[in-house]
Amino acid sequence: MNEPMDFLIWTRGTAFDIAVTIFVIGVILRLFEILALGRKQNLAEPKGSEFGPGMKTILTRSIPDLGTFRRQPLTVVAGYMFHIGLLVSLIMFVPHIELFRATFGFSWPGLPTPIVDAAAVLAIVGLLAALWHRIMNPVMRKITTWEDWLVWTLTFLPILTGYLAYHRMVNPYPVILGLHILSVEALMIAFPFTKLMHTFTVFLSRWYNGAMSGRRGVES
Amino acid sequence: MAENSTLGDSLRRHGVSRRGFLKFCTATASLMALPPSMVPAIAAALERARRPSVIWLSFQECTGCTESLTRSHSPSVESLIFDHISLDYHHTLQAAAGEAAEAAREAAMHENKGNYILVVDGSIPLGNPGYSTIAGISNLQMLEETAKDAAAIVAVGTCAAFGGLPQANPNPTGAVSVSDIIKDKPIINVSGCPPIPTVITGVLAHFLTFGAIPELDQYNRPKVFYGQSIHDRCYRRPFYDKGLFAETFDDEGAKAGWCLYKLGCKGPMTYNACATTKWNQGTSWPVESGHGCLGCSEPRFWDAGGFYNALSVPISDNSQTVAFAAAAGLVLGAAAAGLNYKTKDEAQKAHGTVTIDDLEKKS
Repeated sequence: MNEPMDFLIWTRGTAFDIAVTIFVIGVILRLFEILALGRKQNLAEPKGSEFGPGMKTILTRSIPDLGTFRRQPLTVVAGYMFHIGLLVSLIMFVPHIELFRATFGFSWPGLPTPIVDAAAVLAIVGLLAALWHRIMNPVMRKITTWEDWLVWTLTFLPILTGYLAYHRMVNPYPVILGLHILSVEALMIAFPFTKLMHTFTVFLSRWYNGAMSGRRGVES
Repeated sequence: MAENSTLGDSLRRHGVSRRGFLKFCTATASLMALPPSMVPAIAAALERARRPSVIWLSFQECTGCTESLTRSHSPSVESLIFDHISLDYHHTLQAAAGEAAEAAREAAMHENKGNYILVVDGSIPLGNPGYSTIAGISNLQMLEETAKDAAAIVAVGTCAAFGGLPQANPNPTGAVSVSDIIKDKPIINVSGCPPIPTVITGVLAHFLTFGAIPELDQYNRPKVFYGQSIHDRCYRRPFYDKGLFAETFDDEGAKAGWCLYKLGCKGPMTYNACATTKWNQGTSWPVESGHGCLGCSEPRFWDAGGFYNALSVPISDNSQTVAFAAAAGLVLGAAAAGLNYKTKDEAQKAHGTVTIDDLEKKS
């Protein structure tokens, strides 16, 4: 009789502590790995500067590329749909903001729930389109590894369970809320060890790409 | 003891008019989401109903459930119905004590074998039978004995339904609910701390009318009262959807009646009828009085995080977890970086240069 609530209490307590600990230690170690372990010393004479071209590439790689859009419109459209939908539902939903406030002590205003709801649908559709693209496109199929399937699933489940919980589509409610939290915990545990790390390294790696090209004196 | 007079006779004797009685039947029908065409059937059934024998057992409880029912409001048709069930044993309310009281319970069980309703409030301690006894009989023994020949069991209050406060961490008495012990009888859980009086009378009226227990949810609670969440029926819900929240109990938002989610309201996980039936004859209910829902009708509500923390906030101190993990990560990362710096430094020192001539000499 008490199992659904026991499950919810476990996901909000012990399981959350474990997941957050792995997530935080993992992400910090990965960032140390990237920033502190350094690269092999490049003995070649530099042909240009690193900093400026690096900053420029952060900008250019953040704007959708027309050529890519013409060749693979789905990559661009689904990518933007998913990332915007995820970001809005993650950081503009008041219950989520309350979690950030309880953790870091500051908060920001949220959005009305119908807008967050629409964002969640956008993210779900975007992820499904990306999955369809991955399955149907021969090139995508060739370059897909097991990690891609894992990461897709781990990203999809929190949004799906969150949507189901918000709309109370599963009874009893503690089960679906607990599953939502558990799926986020699975995501947090896998996060530092998979390509999900791009959340923290995206601008860093764009800068590095630009900087390396700059050093070699080529356009990035 | 159960008399042979019907409920209709009994109500008339107490001066309840036909009009008042039908008003109650209509209210009961709408409360239980039955079509208006059911009203005459309810009236007829209640009119003819014999006074059922009810045995009320109180175990590890605070008497709040009994208080809720008896002190709810001045006599009404609901309370008369409650008065005119044959409450054969209730050790808080009965005049008799000790042997005489137990004799009354045994007599009621014997005379109404298989037909009486057993109402239980309070949890049952399994840790040590001595934690809670009545006339030297342990709660477990009394429950098993009395449940054996009951027609149905109504577990009143969260303690009897789910374990409640006595079961809260660390559960020193090993408290369990009625349904943890009794497996072979229909059990209706009427949870709440305390439950709404109307819900109790509604359940009894349903039992008298249809001779069967109402439709139950996954926690064995009557669906008509526990079918919807506080959140979904809350009059403050539009503010939640608009993103308008009270941040403290006395800010402008609180005064304007905005949503109490941030102040710890557990409405979204709580299923009860408070938002619709309200308390004290429809006067108000916790959220209307400006305080968030505690989730008292749900299992383990006492252990489900701070009452003043939002439902989405983890139960343990998350900022502490993050701080410790971050410190550990920084120490480990710095140590790894230090070791690496040493290795690279040694490699740098051992670095030598060769010229084309050097290479050619060697070959």
